[in-house]
Amino acid sequence: MSVRSKAHSLGPKPPFWRDRAKRALIFQALLIAAVIAFLLYIIGNTQANLAARGITTGFGFLERTAGFGIGQTLIEYSSQSTYGRTFVVGLLNTLLVSALGIVAATIIGFIVGIARLSPNWLIARLASGYIEIFRNIPLLLQIFFWYFAVLRAMPGPRDSLAFGEVIFLNVRGLFLPEPLFESGFGLIPLAFGIAVVASIALTIWNKRRHEATGKRLPAGWISLALIVGLPLFILVATGVPVTWDVPELRGFNFRGGITIIPEFLALWLALSIYTASFIAEIVRSGIQAISHGQTEAAQALSLPQNLVLRLVVVPQALRVIIPPLTSQYLNLIKNSSLATAIGYPDLVSVFAGTTLNQTGQAIEVIAMTMAVYLTISLLVSMFMNWFNARVALVER
Amino acid sequence: MTIQYKMIEARPAPSNTVGPVAWLRANLFSGPVNTIFTLLGLYLLYLLLVPTIQWALINADWVGTTRDDCSREGACWVFVSTRFTQFIYGLYPRSQIWRVDVTFAVFVGMIAWLMIPRLPFKRWVALATLVAFPVFAYVMLYGGHFGLPVVQTHRWGGLMLTLVLAVVGMVGALPIGILLALGRRSQMPIVKSFCVVFIEFWRGVPLITVLFMASVMLPLFMPTGVSVDRLIRAFIGITLFQSAYMAEVIRGGLQAIPRGQEEAAAALGMSYWMRMGLIVLPQALKMMIPGIVNTFISLFKDTTLVMIIGLFDLLGIVQAALSDSRWLGFALEGYVFAAFMFWIFCFSMSRYSQYLERKLHTGHKR
Repeated sequence: MSVRSKAHSLGPKPPFWRDRAKRALIFQALLIAAVIAFLLYIIGNTQANLAARGITTGFGFLERTAGFGIGQTLIEYSSQSTYGRTFVVGLLNTLLVSALGIVAATIIGFIVGIARLSPNWLIARLASGYIEIFRNIPLLLQIFFWYFAVLRAMPGPRDSLAFGEVIFLNVRGLFLPEPLFESGFGLIPLAFGIAVVASIALTIWNKRRHEATGKRLPAGWISLALIVGLPLFILVATGVPVTWDVPELRGFNFRGGITIIPEFLALWLALSIYTASFIAEIVRSGIQAISHGQTEAAQALSLPQNLVLRLVVVPQALRVIIPPLTSQYLNLIKNSSLATAIGYPDLVSVFAGTTLNQTGQAIEVIAMTMAVYLTISLLVSMFMNWFNARVALVER
Repeated sequence: MTIQYKMIEARPAPSNTVGPVAWLRANLFSGPVNTIFTLLGLYLLYLLLVPTIQWALINADWVGTTRDDCSREGACWVFVSTRFTQFIYGLYPRSQIWRVDVTFAVFVGMIAWLMIPRLPFKRWVALATLVAFPVFAYVMLYGGHFGLPVVQTHRWGGLMLTLVLAVVGMVGALPIGILLALGRRSQMPIVKSFCVVFIEFWRGVPLITVLFMASVMLPLFMPTGVSVDRLIRAFIGITLFQSAYMAEVIRGGLQAIPRGQEEAAAALGMSYWMRMGLIVLPQALKMMIPGIVNTFISLFKDTTLVMIIGLFDLLGIVQAALSDSRWLGFALEGYVFAAFMFWIFCFSMSRYSQYLERKLHTGHKR
C-alpha cells in the first residue's frame, strides 16, 4: 500500500490525455460536436435547397385532396380523399399482406423444416431442394416471376381457369365467392366465442387437476370438438343463414364475390415462399439443437412419441427458434415494401411513391414512412421478446 | 474341444440389411406411412420435373438470332443468347469490355487466394482487396487516367453493376461496421447510445426506403448546385444500410472472444487500439467470416432493389429487355436466366460459408 502511494506521489501528475476519464469526456464531447455540426450543415443545405425549389415544409399537405384512386382499399377511399387517408390505406395494405404472409410463411416453414429432418430420404431431399432454391434467389425476382410470368400470363376473363365453377382465376385476379350473412348469423360468432372461452377454461382446469391428482382428460380433442362443433351445431339449428355471392362473368369481367388483385397474390406468394425457406432452416436447426440425450431420457421414461415431442423437444426447440424467427418476421414486414415494384398499393407504393411525386414533400413523406417501419419493428420485437421471456428457461 | 486362437472371418451381413434394396427399405419404404410419403414425393417430383425439363431443355430453341428462330414449343433461349453481352455488361462500350473482364479477373484471383487455406500472405492480400483493389477497380471501370476513356456510370449495368454494388457495399460497410460494433461495446455512454441508435435505425427500415431516401433526400442535403451521381447515391444508401448489419455480425464475433484476452493485453500495457487491432479483432474476424459471407449473400440479393431507383442491375436490365417490343412474351426465359445467375452465386457462397463453419467448429459438436 505504501509502495503504491509512494509511486503515485513520485512522478508528476499524468497529462490529461493519459487520464482515461478525462479522455472519455473529451472524446464524447467531440463526437457530440461533430454530430451537431453535421446536422446543422445538412439542415442549412436543406433549407437553402427547399427555398431554391420553392417547397414549403410542414404536414399541411396531409389535409389536401389526393386525386388518385387506389386498387385495393380496406377502408372507404376515393380520389376525393386526402393524402392523410392515402397514408392510412397504404399502411393497412402493408399490414394485411404482412400478416397473411407471416401466417403462410410460418405454416410452410414449419412443414418444410420438419420434412427436412424426415427419416424418409426422398422427403428430406425435396425439403432441402425447396430451401436451397428459394433461399438463393432474390425476393424481387420471385415477385416478378409470380406477377409477370405467372399471373399476368393468365387467360382473360372469358377463358378463366375455373375451380368447381365458384372460384375463378384470370389475368384480373382471383375471384372467390363471398358469404352474405342473413339475420340470425350473429349467433354463430357468439357460439364460437363461447366455445373458445370454454376451451381455455377447460385447459386451465385440466392442467390444475393433472398436477393435483395425476388424472387428465384429452383436453385438446374436447376443445377442438367444442370450437368446431358448437358453431356448426348453431349453424344447422338456425337453418344455415348464409348465402354465397358467387362471382359471375358479365360482359368483360366478373361481378360479385370477393376479388383478390393479382398484385396482392404475387406479393403474398413470393413473400411467403421466400421467408418460409428461411423459417424452415431455423426450425431444423432449432430441433437439431436439442441434445439427443433429452429424447432418449424421455423415451427411457416410456413417454409415448407424441408426448416426447410435445413435452420435451418442442418446448426446448422453441427457445432456440423464437429469436431468429422474430427477425424473419421483421424481414418479411420490411420486404413487403417491394410491393412498389409491381404496383401493389402498400405504404411505400402509394405514400413514398405517388404521394411524394405529387406533393414533392420528400422529407416529411420519407420520415413518416421510415417512422412507420421503425414502430412496427419495435412493436413486433417487443411482443416476441415478451413471448420469448415466457418460454425461456427459468434458471436459478 | 478345440481352442481357436485365430479370429474367425466375419460372415457377410444378412442380404436384407445391405445393398440398394435394404437401403430403399430403410429410407423410403420403412412403413406404410413412409411408403405413402415416398409415393407422394415421387408423384410431386414427376409433376414438377417432367414439364420443366421438357420446356427448358427438350423442346427449347437454342440457336438463332431473331424471334423467328423461336418455335414457341418450349423455352426460347435465343432471347437470352442475343442479349447475353447486355445482361452481363449493361451498356458498357463494346470496345472497352476488356476492362471489366480484367477487373473481374483480378478480383476473382484475390478472393481465390483468400479462400484457399494453404496460400501465404493472407493478411497482405486481404489488405490489398480492401484498400488497393477499390482504387484499381475505379481507375479501370470509370477510366479517365492512364489513357483510358471515361465510361459514364449510366452505361454501367447488368451483372457487372450487381457485382460492383455488392462489393462496394461490402468494402465500405466493413470499416464502418467495425467502428459501430466497437462503439456499441464501448464504456462511454454517449458513444454507445449513438451507435445503438444508428444501428437500430438502419436495421429497422426497409432497404427500399433507404434507397428512396438516398435518391430524393440526399440531393437536398448537399450544398445548392452540387449534384451527386445516381450510382454514388445508391452506394451511400447501401453502405449505410449494410454497415448496420455488419456491425451486428462483428459484435457477435467480439462477444465470442473471452474477456481475459483483452485484460491480458491491457496488463501488457497496450493501448485500446493496439488491444483491439492486435489481439481481439484478429481472433474475432476469423470467427465472423461465415457471418460476413452470409450478410454478403443477402446484400447481393438486395442489390436487385436498385432497379426501383432507376439503375439497371442484372434484374433491371432483364426487366427492361422484356419490354422490348420485338421480344414480348419471353418473361419466363428472362427470369429463369436471371434466377439461375443469382442462384449460382448465392448457392456457392452459402456452401463456402457452411464449409467455413464446419472448419472453424473445432470444438465439441453435438
